[in-house]
Amino acid sequence: MSELLLPPEHRYAKIIKERHNEDGSELSILNLGPTHPATHGIFQNILLMDGERILEAEPTVGYIHRAFEKIAENRPFYQITPLTDRMNYCSSPINNMGWWMTIEKMLGVEVPKRAQYLRVIVMELARITDHLICNSILGVDTGAYTGFLYVFQFREKVYEIYEEICGARLTTNMGRIGGFERDWSEEAFRKLNVFLEEFPVAWKEFENLFERNRIFIDRTVNVGAISAEQAMAYGFTGPNLRAAGVDYDVRVAHPYSSYEDFEFSVPVGKSGDTYDRFCVRNAEVWESISIIKQALAKLPEGPYHADVPDYYLPPKEDVYTTMESLIYHFKIVMGEVPVPVAEVYHSVEGGNGELGFYLVTDGSRTPYRLHFRRPCFIYYQAYPEMIKGAMLSDAIVILSSLNVIAGELDA
Amino acid sequence: MALENNEIQNKLTQTFGDKVRNFHQERDLFSFEMDAEINTAVILFLKNDDALRFNFLTSLFTIHFPDDPDVNRQFAVTYLMHNWYENKRIRIRTFISSEKPEIKTISNIFPAANWMERESYDFFGVDFKGHQQLKRILNMDEMISHPMRKEFPMEDSGRTDKDDRFFGRTTINL
Repeated sequence: MSELLLPPEHRYAKIIKERHNEDGSELSILNLGPTHPATHGIFQNILLMDGERILEAEPTVGYIHRAFEKIAENRPFYQITPLTDRMNYCSSPINNMGWWMTIEKMLGVEVPKRAQYLRVIVMELARITDHLICNSILGVDTGAYTGFLYVFQFREKVYEIYEEICGARLTTNMGRIGGFERDWSEEAFRKLNVFLEEFPVAWKEFENLFERNRIFIDRTVNVGAISAEQAMAYGFTGPNLRAAGVDYDVRVAHPYSSYEDFEFSVPVGKSGDTYDRFCVRNAEVWESISIIKQALAKLPEGPYHADVPDYYLPPKEDVYTTMESLIYHFKIVMGEVPVPVAEVYHSVEGGNGELGFYLVTDGSRTPYRLHFRRPCFIYYQAYPEMIKGAMLSDAIVILSSLNVIAGELDA
Repeated sequence: MALENNEIQNKLTQTFGDKVRNFHQERDLFSFEMDAEINTAVILFLKNDDALRFNFLTSLFTIHFPDDPDVNRQFAVTYLMHNWYENKRIRIRTFISSEKPEIKTISNIFPAANWMERESYDFFGVDFKGHQQLKRILNMDEMISHPMRKEFPMEDSGRTDKDDRFFGRTTINL
């Protein structure tokens, strides 16, 4: 049976040959993925199993690799945002804003307070949707479909807010160098307020369904635990690291976009298991709601974008009537913008951890080199280690609780 | 007390002499260069020294500078490390030859480097000596080229309408 799946020189073949179980049973190989409804994305793992227990796992990644780093070397700066959308597509605005902030750091653009606060609001909304999907799907994977149905409509509500802000829903391509493309409409704020009123009720109900649920606790406690030392060695960041008890958060360590103006705590877990990851994400959603409320309360009046005509597209009606606007419009669209020779690294706290952009420019229209530090790609390499000795059904739950997003993993 | 740049510099130059050089502040990152043959020693020193404690490998990637006249400086393997105790980031760069791009692996120091090095190997063909499983990661195994190298064209080479000149690409390198 096994020789049908693997060539004889494969290391599994050797292990199967040498292993002799007392009851005469044999080891088996299971191909989990690449397209399996339970893996939520294109992940392949070749598992070596002893009955229901996993002995070894070999992940294959790259099924949806789209060469974003290479494409980025051939695109003007503002055309790279759509690429970042498609990395972690559960929280595209964080990726977009992270990329704009990287360019702004390179150019030295000062963003007005109002735009910074609006960015914080939209990034926290994105974090809520990201955690909401991860936690509710974790419920589905443990057999609890109801919680997912309770909260999933709120992702739709958030997408409606995105739609009011930028016109798009999933892959948002939101913002510009220096701020937003337009000020937020009344309708956007109205929808946001409705969301802030209704969502906490549903989220509380969702939490009540799971946090003390006997079946859920049995399925998740001590499943896929990782120690803090190991998590750091494997490059974990974000909720998965904090679940192991390390309070590293980019929003606190290197505040960007005025995060230092807001009061929020960084929830941490203790054992780094699936249950802790679930609880940390739950708690972070409450923190995000609080940050959004603070930002709305303190939202200053003023411009919604920086005054940088070299990089910020002028209003269309001015393009038709004034000379300067026409020139700027033409230069920006043709990519003839002044760019310094520079190397910058900027990171934001993405849904899954430290999302970094390392940008090298040579003074031309496109980046010379752009490297994305994708948190999923880095921590997914610990997955084989984490599922060793676990049951097959635990492997699904662990993958789900790590929130590995295929688009970010493969870039 | 925050970790100061000159403290890092003094410690490193005391230990490694002129094999570490070109210390400078690159925007918000303190940066320096090191010789390729001492990369594991420097990384280990930065990680384990009681005062430095750069406990986290943030990122590892390669940059290709094909226009550099010195063939030994055409690939730049770059490490970003982070000290979480003092909240200090550092960038370490090492240049290697494009004729024989090889460097020692640090995946035995930071397991996180495992896939990052495989990514660098996949896209640039940098040979990380001592790596347990140095094979392609995002591209398919049958591929023969290393696509992030600058000589690898993104477009079909038969096309004439897309030329680097039209994209403002100059020959200036960093």
